[in-house]
Amino acid sequence: MLSLPNFAAQAFNGLVLGALLALIASGLTIIYGTLGVLNLAHGAMFMVGGYAGVVAYQYSGSYLVAVAAGSLFVMALGLLMERVVIRHFYDRPPEDQILVTFGLGIVYVELVRLTFGSLSQSMPPPSWAAGITSLGFMIYPTYRLAVVGIVAVALLALYLVLYRSRLGMIVRAGIEDAVMVDSLGIDVYRVFMIVFGIGAMAAGFAGIVNVPIAPITPDVGESILVETFVVVVIGGVGSFPGAVLGGLIAGEILSLTSMVDPSYSQVMLFLVMTFVLVVRPRGLLGEQGRA
Amino acid sequence: MIEARRGIRGLAFEGWTALALVVAPFVLPKIGFVPDTMNRVLVFGLFGVGFDLLFGFAGLLSFGQSAFFGTGGFVAAYLLTRMGLTSVMLGLAVGVVAAAVAGLLVGMIALRRTGIYFAMITVAIAEVFFFMENSPLSDYTGGENGLPGVPGPTFNFGFASVHVTGGWSMYVFLAVCYFVGLALARRIVASPVGRIFVAIRDNPLRAAAVGHDVHAYKLLAFVIAAAYAGFAGGLLGVLQGYMPPEAFTFDTSGQLIMQTVIGGLGTLIGPLVGAAVWLYLRDFLQGSLGMGASWKLALGVVFVLLVFFLRRGVVGGLSDLIALARSSARAPGKAAPGGGDDAPVFAAAPQNSNPAPPPARDPGEPEIAGPILQVRDLSKTYGGLAANSEINFSLERGELRGVIGPNGAGKSTFFKMLTCEINPSSGSIHFEGRDITNLGVTEVCQLGLSKSYQVNQLFTRLTPRENITIAALAERRGKFRLDLLRNPADIPGLSQQVHSTLALVSLTERADVPVSGLAYGEKRRLEIGLALATSPSLLLLDEPLAGMSPRERVETVKLLKSISKGRTTVIIDHDMDALFEMSERVTVLQLGKILVEGTPDEIKANAAVREAYLGGVLE
Repeated sequence: MLSLPNFAAQAFNGLVLGALLALIASGLTIIYGTLGVLNLAHGAMFMVGGYAGVVAYQYSGSYLVAVAAGSLFVMALGLLMERVVIRHFYDRPPEDQILVTFGLGIVYVELVRLTFGSLSQSMPPPSWAAGITSLGFMIYPTYRLAVVGIVAVALLALYLVLYRSRLGMIVRAGIEDAVMVDSLGIDVYRVFMIVFGIGAMAAGFAGIVNVPIAPITPDVGESILVETFVVVVIGGVGSFPGAVLGGLIAGEILSLTSMVDPSYSQVMLFLVMTFVLVVRPRGLLGEQGRA
Repeated sequence: MIEARRGIRGLAFEGWTALALVVAPFVLPKIGFVPDTMNRVLVFGLFGVGFDLLFGFAGLLSFGQSAFFGTGGFVAAYLLTRMGLTSVMLGLAVGVVAAAVAGLLVGMIALRRTGIYFAMITVAIAEVFFFMENSPLSDYTGGENGLPGVPGPTFNFGFASVHVTGGWSMYVFLAVCYFVGLALARRIVASPVGRIFVAIRDNPLRAAAVGHDVHAYKLLAFVIAAAYAGFAGGLLGVLQGYMPPEAFTFDTSGQLIMQTVIGGLGTLIGPLVGAAVWLYLRDFLQGSLGMGASWKLALGVVFVLLVFFLRRGVVGGLSDLIALARSSARAPGKAAPGGGDDAPVFAAAPQNSNPAPPPARDPGEPEIAGPILQVRDLSKTYGGLAANSEINFSLERGELRGVIGPNGAGKSTFFKMLTCEINPSSGSIHFEGRDITNLGVTEVCQLGLSKSYQVNQLFTRLTPRENITIAALAERRGKFRLDLLRNPADIPGLSQQVHSTLALVSLTERADVPVSGLAYGEKRRLEIGLALATSPSLLLLDEPLAGMSPRERVETVKLLKSISKGRTTVIIDHDMDALFEMSERVTVLQLGKILVEGTPDEIKANAAVREAYLGGVLE
């Protein structure tokens, strides 16, 4: 069982899972870092992205349309959610923010369950990434390899928006001192809304990209949310590089442990989180800031 | 704090609850409740009592309570089904202990961080418990099948032996368990520990600064909540005759949170009401209205709306309504005394009628000769910026020292190092001959060194009387004590100390007005009162006069003079006239260093001081 191809395959699985977790966690962490709100509906938004994409695929038959639809739908949901609900919670205690996003997450899940039922939905990988690829030492599903590339591009895009654009500069200034940015004549609330939309979109994008790998059910967001939390705690709350690093670490831990004994993979992930908390309470790349 | 009047009202609450529990089986079935639903309401209500102590009182929002619910449940069920334990009550008790131990271990990890970190970590930990139950421990827990065959308890009353099986006999058993759990929680809430929980939720920094071990109390709240969860989990197994693995799922934690918020946070009885609403709606929407799976959607929407608009839930909303009805029934003219800036500041209390300040604490040991505070070469740097550099400072016992200096001179940094809020980069601080460098703020306060803050740090959701009580409790009880069932009124000297401190800062008349209703000057005096109520032998006051009107200043200077009698006091302020009038010696700080030290007259005449203030150096 512990053969080299098996190990390599699991390591690749870990990379795929880790990349997806990194993207989802990035979304969660930029929302928290900028707005100071922990979005417990983030897992549900991952799930909504999957469903929106699958619906688009059923109409269009196109993978690209599905990915675009899944991402944009969740982005729109995020913008709406910020404008209608979250905005009224900036001045309320963090517990209220957590409770309201938790409640919204349940509403999303139950709405999807009501519409599509509890059966799983799926979608095939695009034709250009169907089948398997031989890497010399092992064969591996092509789509999974593609996902690593797709997510890497998405993370790069997120990085460019956050660190190389005017909006990103405002966002990072807003993390430091939102009041100051506001008094400089920049509409912070508009920026907050956009950031929430982008963060949500990251989850939705990951949600639809993941569908060809694992069929989607209304409840899938819950375990994703928990894993995302662990990623963020390991990497450091509010840190974009921390989310990426934490995601990759978590993905590998989950995959490699399940090679030995699947029932211990979550336990191992938690043990690593505990270790990080004891040794480096702020997370691997956590900064002082808002955390 | 707890007066006799309140005590009676408190018992009335218990009486009404008992009555409701007795009447419920005769009334609720008429509107569609079946015994099984009512029994589940009691189990979740009890689960919620502990959670409400944790979240509603201590302010810790945990998403991981299912871990302890499951732990208690499975330990009890395992003992009763696999180990052949015959005493159900003993099985439940062991379950409670197991859950409490799990709570202690988890709390030690999760409470390393606060706020959202805490919430996230509890989520993760609860998931791990579920996975542990499901696979690695499935030989003990039955994995996905759970543990069937959990027996009901048997009670032998001598004349008759009652075996609790299901239905109404189970209701009686669970109702008694619930009532005992609720009454116990009410005692805890009224105890000094319960008061401190609320203070920690309100302002953890100040709770630590007046001398309470905040971390230990949070851990205690976590363990208590875990014990309640474990008890409720054990009862779930007894109720169902089967211990379901779902007890461990995240959904269970979520359901608990939603029920507690729907019912009313901080009410203890709210979770019971929330569970009744939840389970009734589930049966009603699913059954009578045929809404099928969408009942949870409806409850989710209700929950979001409640968080939005009615934060205190059904019970909180009802009690607000009752209070409103009562107050409008009273004569409308008798409103609470207004607290504007022009309100009589000190009620023009003649100086001689002021009560004596609480005495500075006795060091216990024979008094150490030499200065009470000795600071050597104290420095604090932030990166390249030296906030304080090589400060040498010594205070004689009983002295009143003024500290002045231009903005940014490092005065507040200096104070923060003395109270150990921040650690110095180098140097040492000796208080009463003891090295306190790098000790915590709580320990230092317990030793008798206390500070009033430049910016008010009050327990804003409490009244002035409760504020002062929190501070006085730290002095009376030490930094941590497990007096969970004690009535604060029984603590010797406490009410006397609270009373005299309130009188000293002239807040007796306003002692029971919420802090949010106080005028600025009153809040400022309460800030001083908080430091004073810990009976410090060395009192530091950081800009006590800041922001006060001229009239308030005059009165406050009088107050400061009277409290400085019999204790050592250091005052930072920008009001030099006031400081020169009060102090025996004055220290001038500039650019993080001590510029000069001397009597007020020497300072006034000093050319360097004038230059520092008038900017002659730079001109």
